Amino acid sequence: MVNWSQHLPVLQVIIPMLCAPLVALLQPRSFAWFAATATSLFAFVIAIMITTGVFAGQDYSYNMGSWPAPYGIELGVDAFSAILLLIVTGASALALLAGRSSLDTDIETDRQPFFYAAWLLALAGMSGILVSADAFNIFVFMEISALASYVLVASGGDRRALPAVFKYLIMGTIGATFYLIGIGLIYLMTGTLNLADMELRIHEVADQKPILVAAGFITIGLALKAAVFPLHMWLPNTYTYAPTIVTVFLAACSTKVSLYLLLRFDFFVFQPNLVNHDIQFSYYLMPLAVLAILIASAVALFEQNLKRMLAYSSVAQIGYIMLGASLVSLTGLTAGIVHMFNHALAKGTLFLAVACLATRIPEFRLSDVSGAARDMPWTMGAFVVGGLSLIGIPGTAGFISKWYLISAALGEGIIGIALVAVIVVSSLMALAYIWRVIEIAYFRTPKNSAVTLREAPPVLLAATWTAALANIYFGLVPSLPVSLSSSAAETLMRHVP
Amino acid sequence: MTFLFSAFVLTLLVVTALAIVRTGNLFVAIMLTGIFSLLMAVIFFLLDAPDVALTEATIGAGISTVLFLGALALTGEHERTGSTNRPLALVVVIATALIVIYATFDKPRFGDPQAPVQQHVAPWYLEHTPESIDIPNSVTAVLGSFRGYDTLGEVFVVFTAGIGVLILLGSAPAMRSGKDRTRPVRSSEGLRHYLIPRVVGRFLIPVILLFGLYVQFHGDYGPGGGFQAGALIAAAFILYALLEGKEQALAVLPRQVLTALMVGGALLYGGVGVASMLLGGNFLDYSVLTSNPITGQHIGLLLIEVGVGATVMGVLLSVFHAFAARGGHEKC
Repeated sequence: MVNWSQHLPVLQVIIPMLCAPLVALLQPRSFAWFAATATSLFAFVIAIMITTGVFAGQDYSYNMGSWPAPYGIELGVDAFSAILLLIVTGASALALLAGRSSLDTDIETDRQPFFYAAWLLALAGMSGILVSADAFNIFVFMEISALASYVLVASGGDRRALPAVFKYLIMGTIGATFYLIGIGLIYLMTGTLNLADMELRIHEVADQKPILVAAGFITIGLALKAAVFPLHMWLPNTYTYAPTIVTVFLAACSTKVSLYLLLRFDFFVFQPNLVNHDIQFSYYLMPLAVLAILIASAVALFEQNLKRMLAYSSVAQIGYIMLGASLVSLTGLTAGIVHMFNHALAKGTLFLAVACLATRIPEFRLSDVSGAARDMPWTMGAFVVGGLSLIGIPGTAGFISKWYLISAALGEGIIGIALVAVIVVSSLMALAYIWRVIEIAYFRTPKNSAVTLREAPPVLLAATWTAALANIYFGLVPSLPVSLSSSAAETLMRHVP
Repeated sequence: MTFLFSAFVLTLLVVTALAIVRTGNLFVAIMLTGIFSLLMAVIFFLLDAPDVALTEATIGAGISTVLFLGALALTGEHERTGSTNRPLALVVVIATALIVIYATFDKPRFGDPQAPVQQHVAPWYLEHTPESIDIPNSVTAVLGSFRGYDTLGEVFVVFTAGIGVLILLGSAPAMRSGKDRTRPVRSSEGLRHYLIPRVVGRFLIPVILLFGLYVQFHGDYGPGGGFQAGALIAAAFILYALLEGKEQALAVLPRQVLTALMVGGALLYGGVGVASMLLGGNFLDYSVLTSNPITGQHIGLLLIEVGVGATVMGVLLSVFHAFAARGGHEKC
């Protein structure tokens, strides 16, 4: 009777969201993990169904409560949201599948039902942002995902996570408030919250002060949440001291959801209406992207803590995504979006490998992993694959995005050549910092060579290798992410005059 | 006259804000934030937004002050030295403020009927509230039905916050094992030996509860609804806990009941949405709940407001008890 396929966008959000309170009540802790994982897998299936629908050209616009668009809240899904939905739900499902044993050690038993509830709320919040077509509704779901993420980061046993998460909370709240101020100013001048309606109505007031200020607040607020350089200071310690499985989930998707929103808002609302906005967008973001890539890679080179090194590498990778977007061209945006997907794969694999190491090694100073490859060959093998993908070696997913990025840069003339140089230099830096880990793990003798470490638990290892093999698969057969990304880029560029 | 009064209240607001920043005593700062919220409530009321004013007064001035005090009991009363005097932060804040002020130069005149906010969606809401939902308070119609999905989201924001506090401060049963039992009962007796607060409290608590229920169920007709009612009822129980001691309060409303309220409210709201999907409508389309769309809207609004109230009350009380339990634990 009910045509469920038309309800897919709302199901994507409410299934994890409504399961969260149920999970919070589940008392035997294994049930909580089981329920959260099953829900998360189901959300992944829905994301796949939505993606198939998007390829088939299905229109997913959905009126909440059946009230027509600018008055009620509208949902909408296009290729851009679909690729992000795949990343978010996929990362959540894989991290949960992998993480049971790891989370059992990191999270106290009593807290586990609440922990898994918070996980599902974070998932629901991010999905809610991705399917929404209403600026204020996006803010509401941003709050859910942000609050839930703070909880996830702080719920481990590591006391050092608390100051890190406090900083994350303050920065995240400032970011969200800036976004809200921007929305308020736009509402003041247009009287609407619906993004499509906003694009039309903003046109006649586009040169007025509130709109210009709103553009600034929204861009800075979202850049803060997305950890765009130099607003990334909250990120490294958050990723370092969070439970490792939480880091896998957040590193794969949370900053990308904010980047998604930044691009969507900018291209849908500001690009078509503000005079010379495309040039300003490039002028401000391109230098920041270049600095992010170079400085964060350099910091990663000298970082002594494995998790923090990967976190700084994430800041650099966010720079790549911004670099692609700041070219404001079809190939540039395709490169940026495809890199969201590929970086999620590479960084997901690397952090999963770290989670494998964490089951046997308590700390993450580089010296602690000395000789780990002797006892844990599979773990380090997956680390190497993820590292190669991060560097961008041909045959891995990372190569595809670097390839698109370089070809996009070459379309830009003289600046393009400089940008290619930046990309090459930073890839070499990535090679150097990944190599440091490999050298220590493979060629140093273990600190305590008498003790033989056991290989990581098989389920965790299987998940890690699934991610590692996905890096190779999408490096050889990149058609899915590339076609979604180029279709997303076309949608975005259609709004640029 | 309203103009003068608004200007006066706004000036007080600025003064209070500056005082909060300047003071080094956290207890004073908390009292000032309570005053700040009360002034905000007055301003909202002057702006003809009684629903918002009621929320700000109950949550901002009431409950969050209590929660701040609960947190203060776990820390110290004085700000750590060296955390003030950051010139760069001051510059950034002043620059941000100037930019916001700059933005207001082109804004529509205050109360201008031609302003875009008055011309676009608002008239539609005013026109459709009587004919589609048929309740006098169009604010409730917007919150509960036209933009009901946002309100569902807000309920889950509250729920997430509750879960966050429970996870971080730990649920009490885990903390009260073993040696804690031996601590003197004095710390949990509340104000039992103070006659006047108890007598006043005895009179106040039923009145607050009654008012809370009125606000809960009268939201369709006047200012109010689940958020305010949940906070008011929670305030009554917090007052009870302060007067009679938290053990006594937990005997009246045990933690399991609070968690059930928290979870049940959120699920009730979501369940109404799912029910409307199963009956062939879109998510949160209350019109399909019964054969008559307007009755359906009424039933939907009633149920979701109860859901909102239950979650808000459950979360606020859970958070209060989590702080209170921590306080007793640390002291002994």
